[in-house]
Amino acid sequence: MSSLIFPAVLSGLMMGAVYALVALGLTLIYGVLHIINFAHGSLLMLALYAVYFLWYHLGIDPYLAIPIVLPAFFALGYALQRGLIAPMSSGSEQNVLLITLAVSMIIDNLALYFWTSNTRTADIAYAYDTVEILGAYLPLGRVIAFCAAIAVAPLLWCFMAYTKTGSAIRAVAIEKRGAELVGIDVNHTYAICFGIGTACVALAACLLLPTFYITPQVGYTFVLVAFTTVVLGGMGSLPGALIAGLLLGVIESLCGLFLGESLGQIGIFLAFILILLFKPSGLLGRAR
Amino acid sequence: MKSQSIGQLALAAAAVAYLLSVYFASSPVWMGFTINALIIAVVAMSWNITGGFGGLSSFGHAALYGTGAYASAILQVKYGVNALVGFAAGILAGAAMGAFIGALAFRYGLRGSYFALVTLAFAEVLRICASSFEFTGGGSGLQLKLAPGLANLQFADRTVVYTALLIVVAVVMILTALIKYSRFGAYLIAVRENEDAARALGIDTYRIKVQAMAISGAFGGLAGVLYLQLWLFIDSTVVYGSAVSVEALIGPIIGGAGTVWGPLLGTLGLHLLGEGAKHLLPNAPGLNFVLYAVVLICALRFLPQGLVGLAGKFGAFTKKQEADDA
Repeated sequence: MSSLIFPAVLSGLMMGAVYALVALGLTLIYGVLHIINFAHGSLLMLALYAVYFLWYHLGIDPYLAIPIVLPAFFALGYALQRGLIAPMSSGSEQNVLLITLAVSMIIDNLALYFWTSNTRTADIAYAYDTVEILGAYLPLGRVIAFCAAIAVAPLLWCFMAYTKTGSAIRAVAIEKRGAELVGIDVNHTYAICFGIGTACVALAACLLLPTFYITPQVGYTFVLVAFTTVVLGGMGSLPGALIAGLLLGVIESLCGLFLGESLGQIGIFLAFILILLFKPSGLLGRAR
Repeated sequence: MKSQSIGQLALAAAAVAYLLSVYFASSPVWMGFTINALIIAVVAMSWNITGGFGGLSSFGHAALYGTGAYASAILQVKYGVNALVGFAAGILAGAAMGAFIGALAFRYGLRGSYFALVTLAFAEVLRICASSFEFTGGGSGLQLKLAPGLANLQFADRTVVYTALLIVVAVVMILTALIKYSRFGAYLIAVRENEDAARALGIDTYRIKVQAMAISGAFGGLAGVLYLQLWLFIDSTVVYGSAVSVEALIGPIIGGAGTVWGPLLGTLGLHLLGEGAKHLLPNAPGLNFVLYAVVLICALRFLPQGLVGLAGKFGAFTKKQEADDA
């Protein structure tokens, strides 16, 4: 058994990095807009289909699709916030929450209608080449995803800390009225945030496609884990999301190993309820 | 009920007229359709207690609905308990689940996005548990024995089922009205409007919110039991699935959250719209949800008080009364 634990932990870390990447976008949006984006999983699903169709029809490799899909989804997120969520919500946080839910219902059900519930997989030749790490064999696609996702977190953090746009985002997050008074375009900043959050999801899709399946429901499995990741890491905390994502990947993998595949996600939700019981502000969140 | 406008009375009268017309349409399809809509309306009324009056938007009301249905089903199938006892047990189980989730979530004053997530997570945990364990029937669900009769709460005649449902809906609406105009209702609305101010006035907001969740749970459990007794079959996706949670919140928001008639009006209106769309749109599962979502977004933007609020603008009896309603 113990010989199985180490590979399980490693493969959990690989998956956890992707959870972290999805959660980074979510926590960024939460940190600024103070709402959970319920459409996050649906956008991930949409991005997966986009990457899949680019590969299927045009033969574009998922990793080479990053420069196409990333800007496109940034623009989509920006337009969604600026064109739909902001004007339709009348400024109420609860309405924003409900509109993102409605957006996810629209995307999910249209995907089901146009692309049917068939499971698709991209048969990319190198995806299941294995890499040996400390005696454990891991799929190459997962290792690449892990490295890329781990690299994004510090990049995003530097962006927030050192760029002018990053400062504006932080200013709006802390004090919206004050930021407005010093001349920051709050609506633009909100939309930028939403765009970056959506771009994270697009990147996750490019990294996932080689080793994952696609159905119109695939976003749902990710988004629930991403919600848990965001809460566990501390709502709005970027480093927290990274650590929590990795942790949950390992928890899921170990629960799957000991309790059986179908109960793997139970561990994640139990962790979620335990956090709420004992530390609802999360690992790195500020006290509320 | 002293501050209704003519528009609202007309809207309520239209709903009652529709519900009564089902008796004379002698169309089993219409009756079946309305029966389904009424069960969802009861979940919507359950959501309305916390989401409408308390301002606590739950995204996981399936947790309450499913718990009611499963509690009754397990008792009846595994322990051979009478359906009437199962009925009561389902309501109690729903209330207990509501109080439990509420106690956990409100201990730290979770609200907004946090509360939405917690409720969603609970529904999901319960769904996975119900589909994994043996005593909940696992993936294949639970099936009640077909045994029509009052003692088993199963009726072969759809008209009897419909009448029973109408009575249940009326009782839940009367209870909602009693809650709304009670001291408890006033406290709950105070929590929605400004929780800090409510606490400063000496209201035990934690207790009020947990009690509201328990009442909501009782209504939600009731709806679950109604579904079980009608279809005699449940599985984890049907009763704990996210579709239930979504339908629970859309109806009241479109009809008018925090009103007595809103959940019924919103749910009936949506289902009628969905049914009408079936004849216009290509027949595919899920497209009605696209329509619901579009209506939801429009309602949030253009009907902040829902249909009831819109109707309130027509023929208000006096200016002051209109202000009361809003």
